[in-house]
Amino acid sequence: MSVLHALAAPGLLTSTPVRTAALLGAAVAILCAPAGLLTVMRGQSFAGHAFSDITATGGSAAALAGVSPLTGFLAMGLSGAGLMGALGAQRQRGRDLVTGVTLGAALGFAALFLYLSTTTTSASGATVTVLFGSLFAVSSSNWPVVAGLGGGTAALVVGFWRPLLLSALSPELAAAHGVRPRLAEAAYLASVAVAVALAALSVGAILSTALLVGPSAAGLRLGKSPWRACAWAAGIGVMSLWLGIVLAYDSYSWPPAGQGWPVSFFVVLLVIVFYLLAHLPRRGPRRHEARP
Amino acid sequence: MPDAVAKRSNIAAPPKPPDREALVPVVLSVRDLSVRLGGRQVLRHVNFEVAAGEVTGLIGANGAGKTTLIRTVLGLQVASAGSVERARVGYVPQKVVLDPDLPVRSRDLVGLGLKRHERRASWPSGRRRAQVEQLLAAVGALHLADARVGTLSGGEQQRVLIAHALASEPQLLLLDEPLANLDPASTQAVVKLLAQLAGSRAMGILVSTHDMNPLLPFMHKVVYLAGGLAASGTTEQVVRSDVLSALYGHHVDVLRAHGRVIVSVADEHREEGCETVAGTGPRLGPLPGPCSMGELPDGAREAATANGTTDGGCELAPDDCGPSTPRLASQRATKAAPVAQTAAEAGRGPT
Repeated sequence: MSVLHALAAPGLLTSTPVRTAALLGAAVAILCAPAGLLTVMRGQSFAGHAFSDITATGGSAAALAGVSPLTGFLAMGLSGAGLMGALGAQRQRGRDLVTGVTLGAALGFAALFLYLSTTTTSASGATVTVLFGSLFAVSSSNWPVVAGLGGGTAALVVGFWRPLLLSALSPELAAAHGVRPRLAEAAYLASVAVAVALAALSVGAILSTALLVGPSAAGLRLGKSPWRACAWAAGIGVMSLWLGIVLAYDSYSWPPAGQGWPVSFFVVLLVIVFYLLAHLPRRGPRRHEARP
Repeated sequence: MPDAVAKRSNIAAPPKPPDREALVPVVLSVRDLSVRLGGRQVLRHVNFEVAAGEVTGLIGANGAGKTTLIRTVLGLQVASAGSVERARVGYVPQKVVLDPDLPVRSRDLVGLGLKRHERRASWPSGRRRAQVEQLLAAVGALHLADARVGTLSGGEQQRVLIAHALASEPQLLLLDEPLANLDPASTQAVVKLLAQLAGSRAMGILVSTHDMNPLLPFMHKVVYLAGGLAASGTTEQVVRSDVLSALYGHHVDVLRAHGRVIVSVADEHREEGCETVAGTGPRLGPLPGPCSMGELPDGAREAATANGTTDGGCELAPDDCGPSTPRLASQRATKAAPVAQTAAEAGRGPT
């Protein structure tokens, strides 16, 4: 306990918002691991980024309409996934084009919604929360939705892990096993949409892409197999969130006094630190040398 | 081919008896198959069968329809006419690009090929690991188990992809241009492996290639595609001047000399390699029975006679080829490749 007290200010573990944040953060980080892994393996980080902006549009629409941000995140994210899937392109350039067009449309609407909410209401605080998140402000009333969606998406990813992984690895091999590319794409997009919506709830829409892609990219460097890479990604995600929460809690005693730094900043910073650590040169040969 | 059937009658476990009387199980039966792709007739009335334990070469130039035929057999491409009946299939696609930066080891890739119930039943016990290692050992790639597939050489990657395809215990294995981009030593090794797997696993293998020479010593049958048409049968029945000339619709020389097979296509018809698609010939189905002049169409007989294949076209003594060789050299249209064994051995292969 003394170690913990040296690291964190007293009262960390007894605070209800902190406990909610820690549990929600861990769930989100674990869900982001497979979705992020598929994103990096498919070379679709751009789509992952686009989802964070699409989600921001959903958040700003929710702020304007007076519904919960999560509703907006999910509605807009899944609509974006539907649009990308419907326009469905199988080749990289076509996919990036479809993603770019969808992203542009989403940002246009985001501009409109944010303009309207800042002129008609004075809720600029809500806008900041939507864009940059505040893990401590997440209400525990979100739990049923988070648990249901997170569980459903986790089941989707686990149940279709082989076709999803095969189509991320090589579309030709996936086709050889009778995997339908459009179906795999749809399952992937849906899982990313939900993962990003939940990530947006914890670190904000703009920063959600860092939580999606960062731990997975580090995991792919550290893990020897896809499963282990996924475990690494989940672990790095959870650690980033928890350490971020501890640091944000501590920061209330940092200057400017009594203000506290945004938790999202710490989380994203830690993700980047883990990513850089994963790139440190390792002992021994990185690639296996074939024995005769 | 009753004699061929009798020779291989010891092969066990027929998957599904074919409608004709045979002792060797037929694992692929293509009947009168036609395929249109984007308004173009790619395949026309193609007929052939692949039996368990046999290596069948699917030979043709780039664009002859080999990949289309394989995709149709897999059910990824819809036929416009005809039928395909096949046993459980494994497939090694052409052009599998695997990223060397992704942590996917050979054992991971092979594990992804295991059947659903196998994966369920064998996890997390060590049985699954043993199964994967058995498959890798079967293709001589056990030492590559922990290597990332993306970092392997072409020949090594081909072995791992074959192990991946074998994981679903196929009775029919399809390989699309597995020898492309392999050096001669790797080509030999992969071809030998395929021949050995066909025998040891009683599996029918259909392997497409634009260059049949590496396959000649090991393949039992040939399906030769040109201009959307196919000729099929044993190497002796198909790879001969009269048959290929009829298929191409113009004169093609096929010569066997000093244990080598030389296929020569006149310059104006060449597109690429020696297996050129140019023009269309009459439809040729599988040629039944032993190879003899009496069963050939008249035109083909004349062509064969003119070409010096008077002994029935099955086999030529080196002396018979002698006069033709200087003419070939002067044509500069010859693509020749050495074949380790004589023509007589080529048709039979290992059993």
